[in-house]
Amino acid sequence: MGKLLTWVDDRFPLTKMMREHLTEYYAPKNFNFWYYFGSLALLVLVMQIVTGIFLTMYYQPSADRAFESVQFIMRDVDWGWLIRYMHTTGASMFFIVVYMHMFRGLLYGSYKKPRELIWIFGMLIFLALMAEAFMGYLLPWGNMSFWGAQVIISLFSTIPYVGGDLAQWIRGDYVVSGATLNRFFALHVIAMPLILLALIVAHILALHEVGSNNPDGVEIKKNKDERGLPKDGIPFHPYYTVKDLFGVGVFLIVFSLIVFYIPTMGDLFLEAPNFVPADPLATPPHIAPVWYFTPFYSILRSVPSIGGTAFPGVVAMFMSIVLLFFLPWIDRSMVRSTRYRSVWHKVLLIAFAVVFVCLGYLGTQPPTPTAKTVAQCLSVAYFAFFIGLYLLGRFEKTKPVPERVTH
Amino acid sequence: MLKRIALILTVCFPLAAFASEGGGHPPYWEQPHVNVNDKASLQRGARMFANYCMGCHQARYQRWMHTAEDLGLPEKVVEDNLIWTTQPGGKRDTIGSLMTNAMPASFGVQSFGKAPPDLTLKARERGPAWIYNYLRTFYVQESSPTGVDNAVLPGASMPHVLWSLQGWQRPVYEENPNGEGQHIVDFELVKKGSMSPEEYDRALGDLVNFMAYLGEPAQLDRTAIGGWVILFLLVFVVFAYFLKKEYWKDVH
Repeated sequence: MGKLLTWVDDRFPLTKMMREHLTEYYAPKNFNFWYYFGSLALLVLVMQIVTGIFLTMYYQPSADRAFESVQFIMRDVDWGWLIRYMHTTGASMFFIVVYMHMFRGLLYGSYKKPRELIWIFGMLIFLALMAEAFMGYLLPWGNMSFWGAQVIISLFSTIPYVGGDLAQWIRGDYVVSGATLNRFFALHVIAMPLILLALIVAHILALHEVGSNNPDGVEIKKNKDERGLPKDGIPFHPYYTVKDLFGVGVFLIVFSLIVFYIPTMGDLFLEAPNFVPADPLATPPHIAPVWYFTPFYSILRSVPSIGGTAFPGVVAMFMSIVLLFFLPWIDRSMVRSTRYRSVWHKVLLIAFAVVFVCLGYLGTQPPTPTAKTVAQCLSVAYFAFFIGLYLLGRFEKTKPVPERVTH
Repeated sequence: MLKRIALILTVCFPLAAFASEGGGHPPYWEQPHVNVNDKASLQRGARMFANYCMGCHQARYQRWMHTAEDLGLPEKVVEDNLIWTTQPGGKRDTIGSLMTNAMPASFGVQSFGKAPPDLTLKARERGPAWIYNYLRTFYVQESSPTGVDNAVLPGASMPHVLWSLQGWQRPVYEENPNGEGQHIVDFELVKKGSMSPEEYDRALGDLVNFMAYLGEPAQLDRTAIGGWVILFLLVFVVFAYFLKKEYWKDVH
């Protein structure tokens, strides 16, 4: 065994890589609950890829056969229902995990210097994930798949001058059709997963280059022992691999409860209109994207049309995501963690989370006048968060940050 | 650890509450009792489905063999008693066939103005309660081409297929609170069918129970094995917890 390893190591940096990224990658020892979500995101990614491969073996990407092939998987393929429910539940859980992971970044200022690129790669992963989920949702070719895609793609047609042509180029047709389904299938199973994987590698390489942040926002590399190892660091393997194993177990329990007992999650993960095949002549009474898009969708709906075009709403929705990219430069505070920032920082973050969830809820509901007014106020609050964060960073009185991590 | 689990649960589950729809039901609305583990009820429902629904409707995503196996019926019994449908060519369907019939969609359009929808996933789309109340609330309406209208789906193009069981009923109206128009609060039987109202409700209960099964046969499997999977994971988590504790005891 040792000889084989030497043989490989002479030709490929296997041991070197294991050391760099696992056994000698020193992570701060004070990771808390919020630090489970990075490894969980990786777990869900692997689950989506593996279940996706098996689904692809039976799924038929054509407007005639797609819907029926999904039912074939659910009824005739051995364990097909399990594979499919894992994939549909995995899609939603991916977003829950990623939203938690991103909120962790906000809590502890993980996007701040020198980790700006990690954050930007992460945001690109989030964008790619949204594209991946959106295209995957068309594939079952249910009526909500069809109309959801129709609505979202038509957003592009609001762009002045090029919009109409652009939307048609995306669809490959004048309306969402079999042509759209086929290209979305190609993008969903090949293009986006490749992009996602490349971005995730970049995200992790960038992380391991500068080292992990922690709940105290202390740079552990500043305090090294005589061997040059961070005093507050512990090797990722075995310490965090066994800790994450526990996190994986808890996560899988929640995951299994959904897969085995509430796979539709009360119409949230799988929507009732999607049990009817796509029908261009029958619009569902209420079209809304899947829950993980609804906060942004709410912002879109809140902005009134100007001059008969919904373009301002599309710009607002786009901005609500783009602004997140600039967080490292919007938040100018020298203190990373919310633990050593003023109470206003905590208030701001909690308010932002509440606003985000409420916008998400309203996005799933039909737009009544009251709901619309509330959504408009919340949309303003969403953008106000960024202004608040900027002002806070300039004027707030922070607490002294300790030299070493605390428990 | 409990705090962490509680946190995860609170994050994941309030989302489910979002979906529950408000809105009251009309006064005549009744909730059927759905229990897909009641095999006798599923079998009675399947008999009714094959005899009364499948003349026009199909369940074209489901195979007879799965229905037979899940309902605990021998294949021979199903072939002899339930499968009377044929392929468009005239060949009798077999146990491996999909639960289709030979009626072309164009004939449906010609006869009813709209092709009868496929029923495989109807219970997942509308919910069993909707189907139950739909089938309970056909009432005499002389001006309609089918002679009936429906309280749940006004203007339904489906005739009252179950009239021989339920009989014929007329609606009882009440003025709307705002004084404009009226709404249906109940029904009165004007001609008896072969079943009493209680028997009819029970038969419909069996039918929607079967349709709830038909919408997702996998629910029998998933609820049966889910507990074991979670039990395994609970044991796994306990081991993982102590493994982590053991490794971490030298971290201060």
